[in-house]
Amino acid sequence: MADRKLRILVAKPGLDGHDRGAKVLARAFRDAGFETIYTGCHQTPEQIAGTAIQEDVDVVGLSCLSGAHNYLYPEVVRLLKEKGADDITVIGGGIIPDQDIPKLQAAGIKAIFTPGATLDSIIDWINQNITPRE
Amino acid sequence: MFTKELLDKSSQLRKKWEDEVRRIVAKNPDQKPHWSTVSDLEIKRLYGPEDIKDMDFERDIGYPGQFPFLRGVQATGYRGKYWTFRMFSGMGDAEVTNKRWHFLLNSGQTGLSTAFDFPTLMGYDTDSPKARGECGKCGVAIDTIEDFLTLVKGIPLGEITTSMTINPPATVLWAMYCAAAEIQGVPLSKIGGTIQNDMLKEFIAQKTLMCPPEPSVKLISDTVEFGTKYVPKWNTISISGYHIREAGATAVQELAFTLRDGMEYVEDVIKRKGLDVDEFAPRLSFFFNSHIDFFEEIAKMRAARRIWAKAMRDRYKAKNERSLWMRFHTQTAGCSLTAQQPYNNVVRTATEALAAVLGGTQSLHTNSLDEVLCLPSDHAVQIALRTQQIIAEETGVANTIDPLAGSYFVEALTNEMEEKAWEYIEKIDEMGGMVAAIEKSYPQLEISDAAYKFQRQIDSGEKIMVGVNKYITEDEVEIPFVEIDDTVEKEQIERLNAVRRKRDNRKVAECLNDIRNACKKGENVMPYCIEAVKNYCSVQEICDVYREVYGEYRDPGVY
Amino acid sequence: MEELGKKAMTGDVRAASRLIRNIEDDIPGTTKAIKHIFPYTGKAHVIGITGAPGAGKSTITDQLICTMRKKQKTVGVLAVDPTSPFTGGALLGDRIRMLRHAEDPGVFVRSMATRGSMGGLSKAVGDGIHVLDAMGKDVIVVETVGVGQQEVDIINHAHTVIVVLVPGMGDEVQAIKAGLMEIADIFVINKADREGAKKLYRETLSMLEMGNFPDGWRPPIVMIESSLEPHSFAESVDKLFEKIEEHYKHLIDNNLIGERITRKAITEMNDALRGAIMEPILKKLVSTGELDNMIKKLVNKESDPHTLAEEVAEKYIKEQG
Repeated sequence: MADRKLRILVAKPGLDGHDRGAKVLARAFRDAGFETIYTGCHQTPEQIAGTAIQEDVDVVGLSCLSGAHNYLYPEVVRLLKEKGADDITVIGGGIIPDQDIPKLQAAGIKAIFTPGATLDSIIDWINQNITPRE
Repeated sequence: MFTKELLDKSSQLRKKWEDEVRRIVAKNPDQKPHWSTVSDLEIKRLYGPEDIKDMDFERDIGYPGQFPFLRGVQATGYRGKYWTFRMFSGMGDAEVTNKRWHFLLNSGQTGLSTAFDFPTLMGYDTDSPKARGECGKCGVAIDTIEDFLTLVKGIPLGEITTSMTINPPATVLWAMYCAAAEIQGVPLSKIGGTIQNDMLKEFIAQKTLMCPPEPSVKLISDTVEFGTKYVPKWNTISISGYHIREAGATAVQELAFTLRDGMEYVEDVIKRKGLDVDEFAPRLSFFFNSHIDFFEEIAKMRAARRIWAKAMRDRYKAKNERSLWMRFHTQTAGCSLTAQQPYNNVVRTATEALAAVLGGTQSLHTNSLDEVLCLPSDHAVQIALRTQQIIAEETGVANTIDPLAGSYFVEALTNEMEEKAWEYIEKIDEMGGMVAAIEKSYPQLEISDAAYKFQRQIDSGEKIMVGVNKYITEDEVEIPFVEIDDTVEKEQIERLNAVRRKRDNRKVAECLNDIRNACKKGENVMPYCIEAVKNYCSVQEICDVYREVYGEYRDPGVY
Repeated sequence: MEELGKKAMTGDVRAASRLIRNIEDDIPGTTKAIKHIFPYTGKAHVIGITGAPGAGKSTITDQLICTMRKKQKTVGVLAVDPTSPFTGGALLGDRIRMLRHAEDPGVFVRSMATRGSMGGLSKAVGDGIHVLDAMGKDVIVVETVGVGQQEVDIINHAHTVIVVLVPGMGDEVQAIKAGLMEIADIFVINKADREGAKKLYRETLSMLEMGNFPDGWRPPIVMIESSLEPHSFAESVDKLFEKIEEHYKHLIDNNLIGERITRKAITEMNDALRGAIMEPILKKLVSTGELDNMIKKLVNKESDPHTLAEEVAEKYIKEQG
């Protein structure tokens, strides 16, 4: 019986090193039964898109706390599209002001989780919205 | 600590009290089975004389300004001078930040503290591909000394002390400060301030990374040596627990890892530079987090002073009393703030600031209520600064020194923090020191375990954050929003290019080559850095030399 | 599905990564794609890297990629990490060390979880190697989990096996116990600046002195400097690659490569037989409840495993045959 396992990339674009959230999430994803790949800090959008494709993930979760999300998040979406991989869902978290959320959503970030979102709420969102791609 | 009669009496009364508690709890159970600190340290219902009976007054408590400095390093407490009100700030370009600094000084701030943007912190220029989208977002962008001179315009460097939160490129930014002072006509012996310059905690927690640990420590020892010889009023390392805590460490982990980091630096300077411990140790300073658990924080800071004094005296045989002093800056905990109901953050910050003052801090930054959302607005910064001023001038807590000493609970908790910290310190000793422990990812893993546990406790409701997992409201509060727009990046790149055009590029190459040679020969880089920044070498140009000679260190991403 | 195989053979990264995913997820029809690419495989030099967790396998692999890219070789990496037995999830962490190659089109890195397979090597590794091979990668590096008896499985897939040891982990003993010493073509002593490195070197050497080497290849010991000293680290990994190439040349010059290929063929045949015969039967036994019944019989001592297995063989294999 085919048993698609959900694969997720937790990525930290940009130069900030605040990786507490990303690491906590990566663990929570493993505990939720996902195969989780974490990039470590300081990745460029190009590295993240390339990794997402090589790893054939279903979801890319971006975490950036430096305020550069307005540039970095859409750039990841754009690069995935350019490489024909726009079926990979991109979600993001971090210190994201309310007024930036519509812009990011318009740029193709499917969900934004701001401080205070529980691990379970993020996992639930993924379980409800993502089925591993056929 | 107590007479036998007193302890006997206490034991009698305690039994009576315990019976009473049992009777009541049988009918009305406690609200929850476990009561613990935010770090999950179990706390008892009551503390009494028996909890501190083994303490020796002279050995463990003493007086302010006397070993073991539990009650403070200064004999006069805050009566001679309050702690320095030092608000961390920086945003956009140098001109915007300079304006904010003047605003803060006019509001009664007594020291400056610089936040740099991420490209500067990581040793990249604004036009680096890695810097895209980051310019000025989280602090001020500095590429060359031209930006730096704008930053300190109208600031009398001989009178005001400045703290700079800068780590891998600390040599470069400090060189800029020294050069700027020279240009203002202030001798190096007159300038005072702090560079954070603590790479060990970067590997452990904050991940502002450039070169591997060993050469990173070498560059730090260079600054210590240079400061000892030429800039005697400068604190060349601010050994920081703040970021360790923000990364999810417990209070004990923050305490232990920070102090063990400090010992590592002491050992390196002694070994590498051949300096006597008393020549440089008095200029080492520390930087702690003040989190929301009031007594745990106070106990942590008190324990820190006692541990450091013992370590300096017994491990490193320091003779000068000042070498035994732990002086520290404190910042309230960013990670305790919530985006939900942001005005509650004022209350959290006030509580944390109060703990820092009762813990005896030398200087303090209070977070602004909007910092969890964006760069702080003028108004929010002013409330944060006023919080300190109210604590100092209205509450009366500064009237007397270390007012919580002798409290059964506070002393017992202080002892417990110290014991647990020593356990960690000794474990790291066994591993061969902090650099070795970092290589084994030991502190990193301890912290990420603690962070994960805490998040699970929040998710399950075992620990409470008001507005996040309890007392949630739907209506949102509008917070005035400070944004750095993208024109800042464009203008900064233009400025950088203009500098590159007008400077003597032959001279630049020479200066960089001098630094390269100094690195290879193991010479002190500081004099070469000062010369280089005067000749308009950029932050990245100098850091690229470090990366070339020492290699680049990338986040191993252990968790 | 064949389409995916064809595309992967043109070097299409998306197709290749998808195909590996299908192999891992055991998607019906995946064998078709494998059938299609199989004739085109067998060109790449497959290197296995094994050793205890924390021995520095990923860091060495990362630097090996640099060395190989300098020599214009294209590289594929399969990095295996354990699946959590409790949640079925996995943290695939090896890749972090190799992220600097993420933009290099000549490098393809793929993390794999062990999933259900018992040992260190993911069940899908064998076919994963074929995919990278068919993509045209010159060298394929397989990095194992580093724990468990089945680490020695790597020898069934790799032409050259590197065993990484580090001082101070009591490794020597562990490695001997796990049978790793017998499978090594090259020993690496990593973190050679650490205390105990020389002792470990002498111990490994004296152990080698007791061995006999019928293939005429005596495994060399390469000392790798700390990765925190980037220049000497790079130099020592360059040296390691020289040894890897020497070993490969030795296999070819002495006609030994055939043996390795046969070994892989036997493993693959075994796996394929299991997949084609055993698994369908097992599935039936599970779905009909027969398996549960048989286990009950065993527990109650009403029968023995051999009798029951023979009954199953008679029933199903006859039916099918």
